[in-house]
Amino acid sequence: MTELTLGPILFHWPAEQKRDFYFRVADEAPVGTVYLGEVVCSKREPFFAPHLPEVAERLTRAGKTVVFSTLAEAMIKRERKMIAEMCGQDDFAVEANDNAALFHLRGKPHRVGPFINAYNEETLAVLAAKGATNVTLPAELPGASVAVMAAKARELGVGIEVQVHGRMPLALSARCYHARAHGRVKDNCQFVCENDPDGMALTTLDGQPFLAINGIQTLSHTCLNLASELAALDRMGVGAFRLSPHSGDMVAVARIFRALADGEIGPGEATARLGETGLDAPFANGFYHRQPGYRQVAGTARH
Amino acid sequence: MIRPELVCPAGTPASLRAAVDAGADAVYCGFQNATNARNFPGLNFTLPELEQGIAYAHARGAKALLAVNSFPPAGETALWKQAVDDGVRLGADALIVADIGVAQYAATRHPQQRLHLSVQAGAPSVEAIRYYTEEFGIKRVVLPRILTIPEIKALHAEIGCEIECFIFGNHGLMAEGRCSLTNYVTGLSTNMDGVCSPAADVAYIEDAQRNLTVKLGEFTMDCIACGGMAGYPTICKGRYLAPHRDDGYYAFEEPISLNLAELLPDLVKAGVTAFKIEGRQRSRAYVKAVVAAWRAAVDNIMEGREPRIADLLAFTEGHKQTQGAAASKRWR
Amino acid sequence: MATDLNASSIRPAAPGAADALARLALAPVPLFLMQPVLGRIVRRIARLRPEIFGRIGPHVRKSFQIDPVNMPFVLVLHPDPANPRLCAARRHAAPRPDARIAGNFLTLLAVADGRLDGDALFFTRELVVEGDTEAAVCLRHALDDLEGSIADDVADMFGPPGRAVLALLRRVGTPNEGR
Repeated sequence: MTELTLGPILFHWPAEQKRDFYFRVADEAPVGTVYLGEVVCSKREPFFAPHLPEVAERLTRAGKTVVFSTLAEAMIKRERKMIAEMCGQDDFAVEANDNAALFHLRGKPHRVGPFINAYNEETLAVLAAKGATNVTLPAELPGASVAVMAAKARELGVGIEVQVHGRMPLALSARCYHARAHGRVKDNCQFVCENDPDGMALTTLDGQPFLAINGIQTLSHTCLNLASELAALDRMGVGAFRLSPHSGDMVAVARIFRALADGEIGPGEATARLGETGLDAPFANGFYHRQPGYRQVAGTARH
Repeated sequence: MIRPELVCPAGTPASLRAAVDAGADAVYCGFQNATNARNFPGLNFTLPELEQGIAYAHARGAKALLAVNSFPPAGETALWKQAVDDGVRLGADALIVADIGVAQYAATRHPQQRLHLSVQAGAPSVEAIRYYTEEFGIKRVVLPRILTIPEIKALHAEIGCEIECFIFGNHGLMAEGRCSLTNYVTGLSTNMDGVCSPAADVAYIEDAQRNLTVKLGEFTMDCIACGGMAGYPTICKGRYLAPHRDDGYYAFEEPISLNLAELLPDLVKAGVTAFKIEGRQRSRAYVKAVVAAWRAAVDNIMEGREPRIADLLAFTEGHKQTQGAAASKRWR
Repeated sequence: MATDLNASSIRPAAPGAADALARLALAPVPLFLMQPVLGRIVRRIARLRPEIFGRIGPHVRKSFQIDPVNMPFVLVLHPDPANPRLCAARRHAAPRPDARIAGNFLTLLAVADGRLDGDALFFTRELVVEGDTEAAVCLRHALDDLEGSIADDVADMFGPPGRAVLALLRRVGTPNEGR
């Protein structure tokens, strides 16, 4: 059966809010795998770290597979150490999101996250040979290439995962743009990102909503929704669909995608219901169709 | 002190000759297709042009490096393999690669070929770099423009390969090889198609008062008042509105160019093997002037004099220069 | 030497004088007398450097307006390899082009010469690009790859008087060069 997964929380929510979020996911969300860990900013990591064992234990007890996601960008000593430690533990599977993690994980089973540039079948073969068991594809990879990746993955015995909901990760930087917006720099940021649970809105000078800032990360303003493409992805052999957490009702989002994957509801109804789950942003699926990513392409029942 | 190599941009055959004539130790170029990260219209080399270009460089003691540094999407890798094979056949002194699959192909099919790791690979740490050197025999890494000199020095001690770093040109802050902003707006990908703010999607609209509106696709990147300085129409150099700002501001970075002239001796001491000048999209006038100025600067420091770089401010974006990350990490 | 590297120093120092000189050189020429010469220029480039069309690529059927804003005329270019055309037109009567590149006459001359950098001039707003940006960029790269000076070629076609006028224009336009 096709699996739903819950990607790592990309935003800086208060630790208690994160803990309660995961407790609810453990109890109520029909997802098979939950990715934990701070992916965006190493400075945020200490806040949730004390809760991590408890949350991982609770999710595992609820029957979820728990995977630790590494930072997406490791540069300074603290970040490199965080990655080395996560990759060094054997209690939970690890998802590499930076090449430094790939370095540590060579030769043992691991996952590869969407921040690693796995764009083609040759790269997939190299990753599999080094121990990758599951690869989440980059957000911008078009559907035609997803199909090739899924076919190659079957041959290699690797699982393929695709993000189907939530803001799309678009860029990473060494500079913190949240701090910059507040006239600060990363070192004295005072965690201003905590005030934007779904990212800080960036609007064009003529008032068009454009991007969302999340510390060093830039995301789309629009919300990815591949409800209409889910059946095609399933036929390609994509085995897992990732939901990227937002502050809205993620249990509801998971239930809608579960019902869609199970054929209980159609993509039209799924999309209508998703529109009521919280994130105030239009849906988009352009990347899948090799169009501008912000676009919503209609009439997508292909394959 | 090791004599550093001056690695210079060549967007056209004329620029290649201008760079070599102005004293480049090496030039870097790409084919006229998606296999390189400056796949801009009207730019780059056909097969015969590259063959002639390499011959021109070699005849004058300069090296020619070929960038095959974009990421082939699944199902389309044949074009990249062809570029690798062609580069080897034509005698490129090194191939600059970023994609793991491309690196693997080049390393296994052409084990004798020298490989450099492109900045597009996004490898700023010891471990990330060693992943590529150990798996694919990479001989040199091109570092992203986000490291301080002590950080570069620390890297050098641990990575066991040569370091090339940018000293002049465009100063972007998005991690290279990890940016889908252009694709989000235009449907063409920096990683897969080798384009950044493709000209076909750029519109400059000047009103009667000479105020300039810069658009990329359907989105406004900036509005520049009459007399204001323009920059490249990239998303990361645009001005936007945010909740805590009263007016439009450069949310990512202002139009500014990198210039590390004063840090050249420190970079050499930190272990940098090659200095890279950005700008394959620039004119041969730029290449000629900029390469000549840096040639003189490098020669000066090798002879123990001040770098004394000629004034290149007029060529820079926004007519502003920065030492970027190299001098301090306060910008982060 | 250093001054040669500073693009700002080789921009027209005295635009008034340069303008006057350029006008003196070119303005009295009736457009109908310019047309055959302009036609010969493009046909000559097309014959000697056919690879230029490769760089212009998909835009060879488009129309380009080169607008020397301080001159009483504009140039209209159709870089069609089968039938390359370049003609002068009065600004108000010129057809709407696919792409327009505008700037001071001497600035445009220096860009065509490969002496000034188009991007740098664009940053300072001395060069204006309108319409089909990609077509304009392709044309720029194509011209930039033509080594030697287009202006020299043009001047040669006028014989010694042409070369003399060009030399004069350049001296006014580039006060620091060669000193």
